[in-house]
Amino acid sequence: MTAATVRRRRKRGDGRDAWLLVLPALVPVVLISVYPLVQGILLGFTDAEAGLNQVTNFNGLDNYEKLLHNELFWASFRIGLIWAFGVTIIQFLASLGLALLLNADLRLRWLARTLALVPWAMPPVVIAIMWRLMLNPTYGPVNETLRSLGLPGDINWLGDFSTALPAVIVVGVWAGMPQTTITLLAGLQNVSGDLHEAAAIDGASTWQRFWHVTLPALRPVIAAITSLDLIWNFNSFALVFVLTAGGPGGKTMLPMLFAYNEAFRYGNFGYAAALGNVMVVVIAAFLFFYLRGQARSRES
Amino acid sequence: MTQTLAPPERDRKTRTTSVAPVRRTRTFARPLQYLALLGYVLFLGFPLLFLLSTSLKTPRQLQSGDASFIPDSLTWSNFSDAVTKANLVQAAGNSLYVAALTTVIVTLLSLPAAYALARFKTKLRGLATGWILLSQVFPFILIVIPVFLVLKQIGLVNNPLGLVLVYTVWCMPFALWMLRGYVAAIPVELEEAGAIDGAGKLRVLRSIVLPLLAPGLVATSLFTFISSWNEFFFALVLIQDPELQTLPLTLARFVGAEGQVQLGQLAAASLLATVPSLVFFLFIQRRLTSGLMSGAVKG
Repeated sequence: MTAATVRRRRKRGDGRDAWLLVLPALVPVVLISVYPLVQGILLGFTDAEAGLNQVTNFNGLDNYEKLLHNELFWASFRIGLIWAFGVTIIQFLASLGLALLLNADLRLRWLARTLALVPWAMPPVVIAIMWRLMLNPTYGPVNETLRSLGLPGDINWLGDFSTALPAVIVVGVWAGMPQTTITLLAGLQNVSGDLHEAAAIDGASTWQRFWHVTLPALRPVIAAITSLDLIWNFNSFALVFVLTAGGPGGKTMLPMLFAYNEAFRYGNFGYAAALGNVMVVVIAAFLFFYLRGQARSRES
Repeated sequence: MTQTLAPPERDRKTRTTSVAPVRRTRTFARPLQYLALLGYVLFLGFPLLFLLSTSLKTPRQLQSGDASFIPDSLTWSNFSDAVTKANLVQAAGNSLYVAALTTVIVTLLSLPAAYALARFKTKLRGLATGWILLSQVFPFILIVIPVFLVLKQIGLVNNPLGLVLVYTVWCMPFALWMLRGYVAAIPVELEEAGAIDGAGKLRVLRSIVLPLLAPGLVATSLFTFISSWNEFFFALVLIQDPELQTLPLTLARFVGAEGQVQLGQLAAASLLATVPSLVFFLFIQRRLTSGLMSGAVKG
């Protein structure tokens, strides 16, 4: 039997096999995610409110018109985009550096590897609590370090208008680094060592080998993890909810926090769902352009 | 930065054959690599140490606003207080039950599907990939209100099983996505070689695909477990009974009652909430980074 015959055999009956293998995963997904999702999208075009006896009517685009004239909504979206892109980009660069270090043969690598996994194991709520302690203006070690260096050490990181968003972004990077690092590391370990060897024999420098061997091989993994990071960050809730609850003065009011307040503090279900719909459109647009770009550069 | 990129294969080579020019770049690169590593260790590790230090401080030291890193005198009372006051044990039990059950179900359901999506070129593949991406795009706020209504209809609101159901569906897209990538990274030639050598389909899957997939499989199920263990938003909306609360809910409630004196307890409770998944990680982390693929296909 040759490889070609094997390949031909595999082709036959592939469609049926594929369906059988995918089916178990498909059933719960359709029941518990597709139906509520459709319902949720529709909710965005109604005046639904919390409460048992509320009558819900379709109100077309009223919610969106209201959003359009809501300054808080625009501010929240701007903050959401700064947050999502800031965290995703810094996180990716930091994680790639760490993954490469972990893939090298260094002593004490086990320590860094263990520490790199720890934030992953921590609930966002705990991470938020921990960083509240770290950034506390009076007894937090961040200000303490600044003071010992002779710098102004009385900054209220999470309470000051100008520092709240950057501080929250740093916490976001800290919290999200593990899964990005591990994913990239797993990808790195699948990069063929032979290619590296061949490139090295041909006289390629470390940088050249990184650029022409490692990076192209990693590209699918990079595309996957950065898209997911972007979505997760844009939709993230718990971390900032516990850190600042959107304060001070709404400076860290991410779209999810804004929507949560609308739905569960003011009871405007329809309005909150409309906000969710807008979030979907925004994030889908970014992903579309990003993944199309990725697909193109893979073909070329 | 560019010097930190030497792949392990090359390092192993140089140790045995010791080619002179390579040696020179290595001695130059090593200090930079260690410096970068130190930076990462500090950034990642210090907040954890400070959390630990806070949990061991006495209320008096915390109240004095003393920012010193080393506690005056070690006290375990924060831990015992946290456990008795905040119902931590019960909440931990709830979290463990929900996360473990979710992980098993997600892994069992997504492994065959991921294999199919990676290996078979059918219409299904594009469809599934599109859906996986789409499902991640939708913010929870859209889903949570209808999900609440659905679960209420089938009596699963305020029930850990309802949470398992939601988490399973919520974790599956990512599990599928990652696993599919790991399967695709295994060269088809290996499977074909197995088939040529006379191994049946199942034998090929068990003896060739599964061992190579292990790191990816571990990474994926870890992700599922931790996601469910950590999840806050769905739990916040779907679980109202204090006895059924998961850990994140209990802790978030704790934050509200936070005063300077309570900080020690808060830190202790936070640490305790992190311990189980931390142990899980330390136990399993070696397998996460072991390179099974290196040199699998010799050209």
